[in-house]
Amino acid sequence: MMSNMKTMFDLNKIDSQGGSVEATNQNGGQKAVNALEVRNLNFFYGAFQGLKNINLDIEQGKVTAFIGPSGCGKSTLLRTLNRMYDLYPGQRAEGEINFYGQNILEPGQDLNLLRSRIGMVFQKPTPFPMSIYENIAFGVRLYEKLSRSEMDERVEWALNKAALWTEAKDKLNQSGLSLSGGQQQRLCIARGVAVKPSIILLDEPTSALDPISTGKIEELINELKHEYTIAIVTHNMQQAARVSDYTAYMYLGSLVEYGKTDEIFIKPKRKETEDYITGRFG
Amino acid sequence: MNNTSNIDASIFAKRKRANKIGLTLSMGAMLLGMVFLLWILSVLVIKGFSAIDLSLFTHRTPAPGSDGGGLANAIVGSLLLVGFCTLISTPIGVLAGLYLSEYGDRSKVAAITRFVTDIMLSAPSIVIGLFVYAFVVAQAKHFSGWAGTIALSLIAIPVVVRTTENMLRLVPGSLREAAYALGTPKWKVAFMITLRVAQSGVMTGILLALARVSGETAPLLFTALNNQFFSTNMNAPMANLPVVIFQFAMSPYDNWVELAWGGALLITFAVLGLNILARVVFREKVQG
Repeated sequence: MMSNMKTMFDLNKIDSQGGSVEATNQNGGQKAVNALEVRNLNFFYGAFQGLKNINLDIEQGKVTAFIGPSGCGKSTLLRTLNRMYDLYPGQRAEGEINFYGQNILEPGQDLNLLRSRIGMVFQKPTPFPMSIYENIAFGVRLYEKLSRSEMDERVEWALNKAALWTEAKDKLNQSGLSLSGGQQQRLCIARGVAVKPSIILLDEPTSALDPISTGKIEELINELKHEYTIAIVTHNMQQAARVSDYTAYMYLGSLVEYGKTDEIFIKPKRKETEDYITGRFG
Repeated sequence: MNNTSNIDASIFAKRKRANKIGLTLSMGAMLLGMVFLLWILSVLVIKGFSAIDLSLFTHRTPAPGSDGGGLANAIVGSLLLVGFCTLISTPIGVLAGLYLSEYGDRSKVAAITRFVTDIMLSAPSIVIGLFVYAFVVAQAKHFSGWAGTIALSLIAIPVVVRTTENMLRLVPGSLREAAYALGTPKWKVAFMITLRVAQSGVMTGILLALARVSGETAPLLFTALNNQFFSTNMNAPMANLPVVIFQFAMSPYDNWVELAWGGALLITFAVLGLNILARVVFREKVQG
């Protein structure tokens, strides 16, 4: 069952049928590959509709940012992408979210396996109550059997990816809680990277951090996008402009405008987007 | 707009007065409680201290009319009863608490379990003793250490269930989500993340449950009863501190009464020790 699912989510089995949103599929003449294709997505918190008919593509190897005022549904959208909402009764999604061709909203998905392929980092750092080493090894052990030395390598690799190795290498056995807030958040990113997902979802990853830690995380996002597809929710428009390739502006549960970040920020097509970006609204 | 500070002296004075009255009342209430606690402890220490010597721990309870004696059989009996009670009630209580907090959020079974647990928490311990008497002692036709352990466990389990559930509920949901986001199966999130975070709180609950049962007398009167001789046979009647205190304190023999005071002192400080330990364990969690 598990190996079966793994091939279904295999990176090599790529299905990139046409995207409905104009911004994608223009990667220097080459046809871009979509990691996720969201089609006619509606989301409900009980009777309240949180997302209204969302259509967008998330391109492989790029950073896609979701911006918009509080309550616009950007976090909700992110939480549908790894079906995090499924933990809570009364929340449901309708439509399609194709993850390399596999509709993850279909019933009968192995959600644990799905979430190991689409990782997530949250607003507040959430280190587990164990050592720095174990924080990273925990997730890896769920799906892989590594020898001690392989695990050591993986931990070092992940901490390096998250630019935390030099700071943490001498205290791998100390509690993850002993790190500073910014370090904890990078530990959480390392933990997410260590399981080698194909997509990383970042839900306001720097909103609880100081500017220096924020800068480090942003550098990190730039590094990570070479190997992972990244979707980030942010309240900070400068951040979206700095780190993302594509930007989606959302308002009241609808996708107002979606396109290349440069175009959205320099020459938005819609008046509402311009008002929000220039600070006249929001 | 003028820039006066708007501090009204009369309002401030009034608030200070109200504060003083409130403070005095609560200090008085605290003092009242403290007076009785210290009174009980001092009487215990004064009367019981003379009984505490080596023979208390090495000799068994004396026969009527004979001199000296100790509480060795009752101490060992109490340790056995409470020890087995811990072994039984910890896994059942913790697992039930884990179910209530992590799995049975909105289910009917959980609501019923919670309700029954609350009733059990406040059930008079003598009723529990009678219940075990009817179903274990009367069936086996003799008192036994096991019957006593069962009675104590029935009292301890609800305490462990409730504290475990409450402690697990304190674990922030964001931590669970973070574990799920890595693809962790639910049971692993429950056991390896949530329970681990709440570890010391759960430990505190177990210690408090032990403190509660180690002083219980009524349920043991109907179940373990007492044994004048040294015995570690859980299938036979078993000596234990509360019942020995109960019997000896009301006896006409001076050495028995003195032993009862000694036993009371012993058990009080054991419970006090458990409570302090529970607090220390919990404080470490809060700081760590």
